[in-house]
Amino acid sequence: MRLYAWIAAYAFRRYSTYRVAALSAAFTNTIFGFIRAGVLIALWHSRPSLGGYDVTDAVTFSFLTQALIEPVRIFGGSLDLTERIRTGDIAIDLHRPADLQGWWLADDIGRSGFALLSRGTIPLLGGSLVFSLRWPAPAGWAAFAGAVLLALLVSFGLRYLVSLVVFWLHDDRGIHGISLVTSMFFSGLIVPLVVFPGRLGTVAHLLPWAALIQLPADVFLGKRTDLLHVYAFQAGWAVALIAAGRLLTMTARRRLVVNGG
Amino acid sequence: MVETVRIYLLLAGTWMRSAAQYPASMAMLLVTQAVTTSLDLLAILIMFAHTPRLGGFSLPEVMFLYGSAGVAVSVADIVLGTVERLGEHIRQGTLDTLLLRPVSPLVQIATEDFNPRRMGKLVPTGTVLVLALTRIDTTWTPSRVLTVPLMLAGGIGIFCALWVLSAAWQFAVVDGKQAGNSITYGGAYLTQYPLSVFGREALRGLTWVLPLAFVNWEPALYVLGRPDPLGLPLVFRFASPLVAVVLSAVAALAWRTGLRHYRSTGS
Amino acid sequence: MIEVDEVGKSFTVRRRTGRLRRTRTLIDAVDRISFTVAAGEFVGYLGPNGAGKSTTIKMLTGILTPTSGRVRVAGLDPSRQRTALARRIGVVFGQRTTLWWDLPLRDSLTLVRHLYRVERSAHRARLAELTELLDLGAFLDTPVRQLSLGQRMRGDLAAALVHDPELLVLDEPTIGLDVVSKATVREFLTRLNAERGTTILLTTHDLGDIERLCRRVMVIDHGRLAYDGSLRALRSTLDADRILIVDLAHPAPPIEVEGARVIRTEGPRQWLAIPPDGNAAAVVAAVAGRHEVEDISLREPGIEELITRLYASGVPAGR
Repeated sequence: MRLYAWIAAYAFRRYSTYRVAALSAAFTNTIFGFIRAGVLIALWHSRPSLGGYDVTDAVTFSFLTQALIEPVRIFGGSLDLTERIRTGDIAIDLHRPADLQGWWLADDIGRSGFALLSRGTIPLLGGSLVFSLRWPAPAGWAAFAGAVLLALLVSFGLRYLVSLVVFWLHDDRGIHGISLVTSMFFSGLIVPLVVFPGRLGTVAHLLPWAALIQLPADVFLGKRTDLLHVYAFQAGWAVALIAAGRLLTMTARRRLVVNGG
Repeated sequence: MVETVRIYLLLAGTWMRSAAQYPASMAMLLVTQAVTTSLDLLAILIMFAHTPRLGGFSLPEVMFLYGSAGVAVSVADIVLGTVERLGEHIRQGTLDTLLLRPVSPLVQIATEDFNPRRMGKLVPTGTVLVLALTRIDTTWTPSRVLTVPLMLAGGIGIFCALWVLSAAWQFAVVDGKQAGNSITYGGAYLTQYPLSVFGREALRGLTWVLPLAFVNWEPALYVLGRPDPLGLPLVFRFASPLVAVVLSAVAALAWRTGLRHYRSTGS
Repeated sequence: MIEVDEVGKSFTVRRRTGRLRRTRTLIDAVDRISFTVAAGEFVGYLGPNGAGKSTTIKMLTGILTPTSGRVRVAGLDPSRQRTALARRIGVVFGQRTTLWWDLPLRDSLTLVRHLYRVERSAHRARLAELTELLDLGAFLDTPVRQLSLGQRMRGDLAAALVHDPELLVLDEPTIGLDVVSKATVREFLTRLNAERGTTILLTTHDLGDIERLCRRVMVIDHGRLAYDGSLRALRSTLDADRILIVDLAHPAPPIEVEGARVIRTEGPRQWLAIPPDGNAAAVVAAVAGRHEVEDISLREPGIEELITRLYASGVPAGR
């Protein structure tokens, strides 16, 4: 257990050396927050309580989801794991005494920790300077933290699966492209899921990507107080995806052994 | 200038020929690019499922804005998009390698990995523009018709200049690429919508400080026969190419200054 | 071909001292060096790491602008006439490639051809020539990232010569190469200089390069030119002895022979020092004549020893 804590801490430190890049990115995240807020304000002007949100909710949603982009890695198609598989270094990793998936999860948590600190705070702060946002009560913050942690697990599960795919497909750019597009769209980044009409909305709310930023945002905004249901949904997908990842890892390991590394 | 274009085409052609050896990969990347770009379009369509007007603009009108901005951005991205890699080149020391050659490093970086994939962005944006032009409710006078190519030319020029500016910024802050994205990709996103939805202050800023209003908003007001919320004189509707020229001069100056600074301090 | 006159380059280096403060120090990477290289020469440029070799090269090629002094290469000012100069020189970096990583070598050379405006027919002829001389045929269509170091170096050489430059500048070209590749590269450079008259400036740490290729050597240390002259002169200036290693049949007391003195013994092996102007052949004959010798070998003083002595004595030695 201590090993994983160390891996996470090391990842946090590693990423924290890229301060300038992180600040740069946070700046752009904030700008996009403003642009999206503007668009949603126009939409809510025509439909004041669309999807159960009011204007303040929508504006807060813009900045909050922008803040979560990097911690939950909406744009990250896969992990650095892919590179190690491609170069063959993966053989070394599979011989280590640590669990491969656990290793990368710990690494991702460390990365996410720094991202929350740097890119997670600035967009919200920037937005709050111009707009009045909806902030949660102290209990709400705790609930939100839980949702974010679970969201990270779901995100990891998804990216881990995408990473492993390169074991079988040498040209993984197609999968990465698809993963990126579905992630951007079905997470609610492009348009909040609550705005998705009819059946599209129903389906979107069942997919794992809904757990990434839409659900944490709903918790933050106090729209979803049925925490048990929310956490169950997120945890359910997290477990399913991570289990699938373990299965795939076993298959990959077998394949590696058979092919002689 | 002619020489620069000639070299550009030669280099781009060589890269393309190399990429053409993997036609399946090329095709797939192109499709991925087209689909990713379409997401913004999808967002607009979803929003219009709930309301007939956004900020007072109808769907065909917003399509017109999306299409015109999209085409301008796509062309600029095709021509100069890779320039934003400057920071990586400086970090890895490969800018020095580029400086050894008798060609502007800007042209070399811009043509790097030139690939039909880049055209993917034009597919949804170009299609929408054409469709929008047939659907918008306006009287097509000759001057309105001419305003469209004027708008596109200006828009392309403005985004080209913005791309160079965001690259030149990396001479000063090597890891600052993401900050530059706020004016290139941020600008691309912003101009898909009627700028009036962002408020008067923002509109003023986008006219006088960061002239994104001239990408499509100003000319569109004329084409769509709409009044200018800022009440600026009519000549502003046609100022896009001029703004593009001025902004390009600023961008060229920024690039040259940055390069001179790099060459005196090294990497 | 190259004129460097009182050229200096200083950098401001910012370092963190403590949490918030930063100090600025001015470092003279190159401190008023002057030298001339005539067309057709083959000059070696030596110096320890951080001595200012790369900085000099960068100023000669226009990548860096000097802080003071005057540089002229092929009559042009590298910092002001960079592109014009680039057409007339070729540069090879040993540690970094000038080729494009993901492209096959052939495509890289085509790109280079376009960059330097070489006509297609001229290019075809030149490519054929270079392919033969550098033995590129086997890997012309391999992506550069899959090439071995030796292959990549030959590729880089070809790329630098596509446009038939008057001056070729090489920055540590043989670093990391295996013996065969080194020999190929050295032979190629010798021929290039001899047959085409291409001026060559070579920076290197490799003693073998210098000894086999250059008649003239420039040594830079701490930004200053410590030596500029022939290799032989350098040897005699520094009084470096040659070492004769004698393996006797049986251990013996130190050999006494004219023209040499024993500096070390270890069992049957003895090390004799012969001064640079001494007659090594005579010493060998004398030793072999008087003792039972199993094996004998003569070692020239390595460049490293020469250089170490040079730096130690702080000599701005003459020619």
